[in-house]
Amino acid sequence: MTRWIVLLAALLALPFAAGEYYINLASQIFIFAIFVSSINLLLGYGGLPSLGHASYLGVAAYACALLYLKAGASHLVAALLALAGTTLMAAIFGLIALRASGLGFLMLTLALSQVLWGTAYRWVAMTDGDNGVRGVMRPAPFGLNLEGATAFYFCTLALTAAAVWLMARYVGSPLGAALRGTRDQPRRMAALGHNVWLVRWITFVYAGFWGAVSGLLFVYYHKYIHPVSLSLTNSAEGLLAVIAGGSGTLGGPLLGAAIVMLLKNYVSGYVERWNMLMGFVFVMIVLFMPEGVVPGLQRLWRRFRSTI
Amino acid sequence: MQYWAIQTLNSLALGGLLFLLAAGFSLIFGLMRIANLTHGGLFMLGAYLGVSILKVVPNLWLAALAAGIAVAVFGGLLERFILRKLGGNVLSQVLVTLGFAFIIADLCLVLWGGDPIPVPTPAWLQRPVFIAGLAFPAYRLAVVAIAVLVGVLLYFLMERTRLGAMIRAGVDDREMARAVGIPVSRLFTTVFCLGAGLAGAGGVIGGPIMSAYPGLDSDMLPLALIVVILGGVGSLVGAFVGAFITGFVYTFGVARFPDLAYVILFLPMILVIAFRPKGLFGKFAA
Amino acid sequence: MAALQIHNLKRSFGGLPAINGVSLEVAPGERRLIIGPNGAGKTTLFNLITGDLPADAGRIVLFHTDMTRFATHRRVHLGLGRTYQIITLFPRDTLEHNIALSLLGLRKLRWNAFGTIPAGLFAEARSVLQRVGLGALAKRPLSEVAYGDKRRVEIAMALAQNPRVLLLDEPLAGLSREERVTVKALIAAIPRDVTVVMIEHDMDTALDMAERITVLHYGKVIVEGTRAEVVADPRTREVYLGH
Repeated sequence: MTRWIVLLAALLALPFAAGEYYINLASQIFIFAIFVSSINLLLGYGGLPSLGHASYLGVAAYACALLYLKAGASHLVAALLALAGTTLMAAIFGLIALRASGLGFLMLTLALSQVLWGTAYRWVAMTDGDNGVRGVMRPAPFGLNLEGATAFYFCTLALTAAAVWLMARYVGSPLGAALRGTRDQPRRMAALGHNVWLVRWITFVYAGFWGAVSGLLFVYYHKYIHPVSLSLTNSAEGLLAVIAGGSGTLGGPLLGAAIVMLLKNYVSGYVERWNMLMGFVFVMIVLFMPEGVVPGLQRLWRRFRSTI
Repeated sequence: MQYWAIQTLNSLALGGLLFLLAAGFSLIFGLMRIANLTHGGLFMLGAYLGVSILKVVPNLWLAALAAGIAVAVFGGLLERFILRKLGGNVLSQVLVTLGFAFIIADLCLVLWGGDPIPVPTPAWLQRPVFIAGLAFPAYRLAVVAIAVLVGVLLYFLMERTRLGAMIRAGVDDREMARAVGIPVSRLFTTVFCLGAGLAGAGGVIGGPIMSAYPGLDSDMLPLALIVVILGGVGSLVGAFVGAFITGFVYTFGVARFPDLAYVILFLPMILVIAFRPKGLFGKFAA
Repeated sequence: MAALQIHNLKRSFGGLPAINGVSLEVAPGERRLIIGPNGAGKTTLFNLITGDLPADAGRIVLFHTDMTRFATHRRVHLGLGRTYQIITLFPRDTLEHNIALSLLGLRKLRWNAFGTIPAGLFAEARSVLQRVGLGALAKRPLSEVAYGDKRRVEIAMALAQNPRVLLLDEPLAGLSREERVTVKALIAAIPRDVTVVMIEHDMDTALDMAERITVLHYGKVIVEGTRAEVVADPRTREVYLGH
């Protein structure tokens, strides 16, 4: 518990110590952290590898942007409808994807997500295709101006803290215990009277909801949304962050989000081929540090020490 | 009438290409339980390799063969030295293939640049063929013919050869196959090579229709997935039928609702999943 | 009214009939033993009863209810309990957590997505463990516990739900002699309001645990009756000596 408080204190102090570039980077990490945590709900706690999570981020972002810019909805209405619509989409996708488990589930989530990505590009009348949608303004809840980096930072920090807290409650609850049970021994859980499908579906919808939340924050931050945000690459970055941070814990996704975001930000300055690097990092982590970067490095360090 | 005929042929040609792509994917998935996410990338790699080979050997069929072999070798190395190390951990294998998909995509970008490269149709197939007073582009007919030929050869391989029997045994029950003395590890590598080779050759054969361009892998992978989900895992017949259904739905969908073609692809997949999670001909639920 | 009735149950795997028209009836409170050589279909029969496998034909009735088409978890809610031949518990969790998952299985509490698991539930889990003699190990992770103790946890898990019919799939498998004595005593102590159906492979050890015995062979019931009847029947001997 103290670790979290220390972290929170450090994050609250950040804007007073660092410049705007870092404040903005931190905001991006928070948004990504919500996204990664929602993937982890499914993968780490539920044992369900979803390869299409970027769909929820992207659809929520597009829905919010289009409702606000094209339908003239207010910020509140656009956000609520986007959240509700995306969560409903998650509910429907869950019905389809959960007809299978394991690899079949993965393939279905991937196929569904790719279909949405392709649609975002081609349905030019609605989404303006490759141009993306620009011009989204940040909302002003209770009159607060969020255009500035610091104000947006604190708002995002608050929402991320709330998200992490709520997800922590979820995994610590009886339903969360049941979810972990279905991850480890689904047949046994059914034989104990648990409705394995329903536990998974509820989690799927909840994870979709948080993916949508990250999508809203994403479009408010960037004021822009493009089909690439729905791509497999985006989903994969989220997965990479889960694996890098260590799945199945609450802190893992946060760490992983920071690692991937920082890597992306600093490396893309020097390396042109981010995708290739990401692929390479993926392969390295899965081969040599599957439990996460930190435990993996610790283990490799211990082995190194014992050989010299 | 001409319009419908052309669209039908386009559907068949796309179906043929999808069969070349999906047959390998389905075999790999069926036998090794690996969802090979590099498969779209292997198709694209084949297409690009074909482009380069054509500069030296201006024969499309030889280029397809050569590219197929090269991609098969690549696939074999991938399976033997990387995937096998992950010892059946499903998620790890998927993530590694995903990582390699990105590596391949960027590699192609570096080696061949960002502009789409057209692949020339073989000269003798550039003219139309007249059947019942309607004109059909000869190359697309050829693609359909090739797909059918490959389908027949694969069927022969699976049903009439020892290798095929071993593959079928492995798909049905891997442990039993091992227990009966089938060299499962070597079989895995062989099947992976076969699947990769088909994808690579398919990329070249598809070249005159689709060109080689960055993003070809992301366009083809979901189609392969839909074919396998529709047709069922581990079934050659399923891949064949699923490929042509998908070809038709996509082609006519694009023609009628160009913006929503991808959504239209959805529908048969959802229907099949809802009523038959195994797919139309699948050996087991994915 | 029978506790468990099976009518002409059939199940094939790709043309091979694993269960080929099995009918049986277990009276409430009875101790029934199902035996038969390897491959006779015993575990398949259990899987059909619990719904892990769907039946091709036939009916499965628990007291009043025809549960042939029910999903596994629904059957559990009707009062069916089961242990598995291979231990499939939760190794990373403590013994009391394992039992708690079982206790949650039948309670509305399992849908609570916000609160914590109440301390009372763990206390209840501990008392369940106490009853099978494992109270001292409640806070140990399951992976650190001896095999024989894991078997007892399996049985405790099923008993924790107060099932009406309990299926025990080879409960003595892999146990040492001392462990066998303990587990047999545990099974013997199960109250009479629970009907017990047991699969055992080793006829000698299991015989004294059962009142009625059903002998299965190639998916069919070959002999059924009291212990004495079955032991005396020449067909029983044939089935086992044929191996």
